[in-house]
Amino acid sequence: MNAVSAYSFIASKKLTLSDPDWIRYALIGLTLGIIGLFLVLPLLTVLIEAFAKGWAAYSASLTHPDALAAMRLTLLVAVVTVPLTTVFGVSAAWAIARFDFRGKSLLITLIDLPFSVSPVIAGLIYVLIFGAQGWLGPWFSDHDIKIIFAVPGIILATLFVTFPFVARELIPLMQEIGHEEEEAALSLGASGRQTFFKVTMPNVKWGLLNGVLLCNARAMGEFGAVSVVSGHIRGLTNTLPLHVEVSYNEYDFVGSFAGASALAALAVVTLVLKTVLEWKQNQDKRLKG
Amino acid sequence: MSISVNHISKHFGAFTALDNISLDIPEGELVALLGPSGCGKTTLLRIIAGLERADQGDVFLKGDKVTDKPVKNRQIGFVFQHYALFRHMSVFENVAFGLRVKPRRERPSNDAVTKKVHALLELVQLDWLHDRYPDQLSGGQRQRIALARALAVEPSVLLLDEPFGALDASVRKDLRQWLRNLHHDLNVTSIFVTHDQEEAMEVASQVVVLNHGRIEQQGAPGDIYDNPANAFVSRFIGHTNIFDLEEHDADWLQTAGLSTAQQKGRIAHVRPHDIVIEKSTANSDAFVTLKDWQHLGALIRIELVKNGSNGPAASVYAEMPNKQFKRLHLNKGDKVDLRIRHAHWFH
Repeated sequence: MNAVSAYSFIASKKLTLSDPDWIRYALIGLTLGIIGLFLVLPLLTVLIEAFAKGWAAYSASLTHPDALAAMRLTLLVAVVTVPLTTVFGVSAAWAIARFDFRGKSLLITLIDLPFSVSPVIAGLIYVLIFGAQGWLGPWFSDHDIKIIFAVPGIILATLFVTFPFVARELIPLMQEIGHEEEEAALSLGASGRQTFFKVTMPNVKWGLLNGVLLCNARAMGEFGAVSVVSGHIRGLTNTLPLHVEVSYNEYDFVGSFAGASALAALAVVTLVLKTVLEWKQNQDKRLKG
Repeated sequence: MSISVNHISKHFGAFTALDNISLDIPEGELVALLGPSGCGKTTLLRIIAGLERADQGDVFLKGDKVTDKPVKNRQIGFVFQHYALFRHMSVFENVAFGLRVKPRRERPSNDAVTKKVHALLELVQLDWLHDRYPDQLSGGQRQRIALARALAVEPSVLLLDEPFGALDASVRKDLRQWLRNLHHDLNVTSIFVTHDQEEAMEVASQVVVLNHGRIEQQGAPGDIYDNPANAFVSRFIGHTNIFDLEEHDADWLQTAGLSTAQQKGRIAHVRPHDIVIEKSTANSDAFVTLKDWQHLGALIRIELVKNGSNGPAASVYAEMPNKQFKRLHLNKGDKVDLRIRHAHWFH
């Protein structure tokens, strides 16, 4: 009986998806073709170019002091920005999902601003504010604090472009979940802190992790905004993406593509983590429902 | 007084949810806050719980003024309309939550928690579900788990928001009786909110009828049914026929027994069981015709229409026991004599 019903299920499914075969194969072929041409081929090129002069040249470029410094700086930027963005994202999502206040929709629009503004402009804003001729620049240089063409500027620019990631992920999620469970926790005698860590966070943890992951990928890969404020000082203010560009401009193709391969590897790791997260989340759901 | 509410008002923008409400609820009662949607009943419940702040007025629980106390210090148990079970916790952990979040020196040992949670799950007859997650439960089961969770902290008052609102009709019937019995055993002062007058009458020992943010009447269910304080309560509780004596064709009502002598108002509300009908004799000038009837179990509801008028507003409903109706040998279209035994008068 099971076999029969399974069969009829498939048959009815075929009937409802009644597009002719050639349309299906054409669409699948087109998608695969585009992915191959614009995603897989460039990635392969990166690897081919990186290894064009052999393994020795590749590893030498990756372990060059300037390349290592770029990697360290990229990691430092991510380590500083991701927690800040996370804290900001959670508080913004909390405020927007839980409270009604004047100007709420304006706040939501403002959170999206970094998505709509070109990163170059983001970088420029900081140069205009903190640069030597900027509004606050003279005050900072009087106090011997360097922001533009230094690490603080890079971090500020990265913060600007990454701060919507966590908030954007959490706002719809928290709005959908509502706050009945939190009220229930409070009515059972839980403090605000207990409610947050025992009820709110577990409910949004997958969304939060996803946002953190995307934010991390962007923080490490950001080029435009960072390029404006960094000053491209080798070994000091070059992040990995900047290092790729500088090497390329100096005809050091192996060095450039080796750096690019490191970034690509990072992207792949992010993708794998994201897939694992989604798989675990589904697993979690199946277990409970 | 176990729960006292003193001159409470609450506005949402221009909308008045509660308009100067005062209410006393004695220890041990099971009270229904009854009213149409938007009458402010849920808001009042949430203000008593401390989930909402009143614009004006005070709340007292067991004589203590709790107006400024946060919800977590009020010692209340709250059951939410959609249960609000913690979706990432098992049934056991849901019920244990209130015990586990207690300050360290009041917190019971793990063994004590386990024992208490199983006792509560047995009380709601769902101990066999202790390792399930909320998603895996039916509506009625979730409702009972939510109740067990609220009872775990030994609340001094139990507040339930539309406790049966989201359930199937058959489950609802069982749960009503079960809640009544549970209240009888535990004797915790309880308030539940409902828009279903039948539910309020069946479950509660006291009913508070609310409309437009005001209390229309408070009393025992039977009292409210027999002596409605105003036209709203009379219409809202049970079925009623409404006759306006100043309508031009209202003369026939006098013949039916609504004499102007006992008239105490302009509008008469007549319960269907206060209308007696008989088959009229062949030459009588009867004023109503039997149109149709419906079986309501032991009772039968008879739809009568005034002769010479048309339109649905002209229908009058009478109710009588099945057997009595059979003895009358009435058919559809028969002319019928009608007598009104009792009416409530309103202006």
